[in-house]
Amino acid sequence: MKFVVPLGAFLLLAAFLTAGLRVDPQLVPSPLIEHVAPAFQLPLLQEPARTFSPNDVGGRVWMLNVWASWCVSCRAEHALLRALAEADVVPLYGLDYKDTPENGLAFLGTYGDPYVLSMQDTEGRVAIDYGVYGVPETYLIDKAGVIRFKQVGPITRDVVEGTIVPMVEQLNR
Amino acid sequence: MKLVVVSLVVIWALPGGRVAASPSDEVNMDLDGRVRAFARQVRCLVCQNETLADSQAGLADDLRREIRDQMRAGQTDDEIAAYLTQRYGDFVLYRPPLKPSTYVLWFGPFVLLGAGVLTLARLLTQPPMPHPAGVSARLRKRAHRLLDEAPPSTVVE
Repeated sequence: MKFVVPLGAFLLLAAFLTAGLRVDPQLVPSPLIEHVAPAFQLPLLQEPARTFSPNDVGGRVWMLNVWASWCVSCRAEHALLRALAEADVVPLYGLDYKDTPENGLAFLGTYGDPYVLSMQDTEGRVAIDYGVYGVPETYLIDKAGVIRFKQVGPITRDVVEGTIVPMVEQLNR
Repeated sequence: MKLVVVSLVVIWALPGGRVAASPSDEVNMDLDGRVRAFARQVRCLVCQNETLADSQAGLADDLRREIRDQMRAGQTDDEIAAYLTQRYGDFVLYRPPLKPSTYVLWFGPFVLLGAGVLTLARLLTQPPMPHPAGVSARLRKRAHRLLDEAPPSTVVE
């Protein structure tokens, strides 16, 4: 009977610490989930004279992928992005983050271009509006222009099969 | 010796070594100070145990530039803090705001401290343990014999 209080306190502490082990401390929950994707207008990577704005997508579910030629994990996820594009799951738009157009185009030339189009965010200002802090980052945006899901870091097969594909199906319904 | 004097004069004459000469320099230095003071209270998201003021990450550079631009445009510190939390969440602030979801964070330590003080107070004010009743007459006799045998200096009354 005497040990109930210390034992209870210990179990509570252990529960907190165990839960803490399962959380990724690097991961910052985005306050932008369930909010309208910030507006912007950026020149295209392939055709700098033309610009892109989220409004141009117009009433469709789409995915925004922030990448850069200097980003090593972007190469790791690139094959999956290409598979997504080939399967025509969701239109994929690229944001080339803090990169030179030459390097960005060379990257797409080497690894393939899964994007409908890519924009240049040379200064990284649009990325700040999207709360980007580690490239690559991927946003899933619904027909109303609301961000529904965000992946920080490279997407994986699990994320594609477990989250992105089901969510796209549900959002397209 | 001459070389030392000359070097000192040159160092003294360098622009950074002296107090701001023109009013615009003074404004810039005030702005720099404000940016630094503000950036010290913001977490860098790339190296999360560093402040934005200390971090060498590219994103930290960009955010410092953004803070500076906004300050120059006349935004208050609170407005800039709101700008940052809108994008990165409360996590970027080393001093999180007081609201229901942060009550545990703000008051938890004091609750634990209070519980500790209460427990300690209860332990200290408890009446001392009563004499154990279960000691047999044989043990009691043996204890007395041991006490009697001990030299007088060690016997405690």
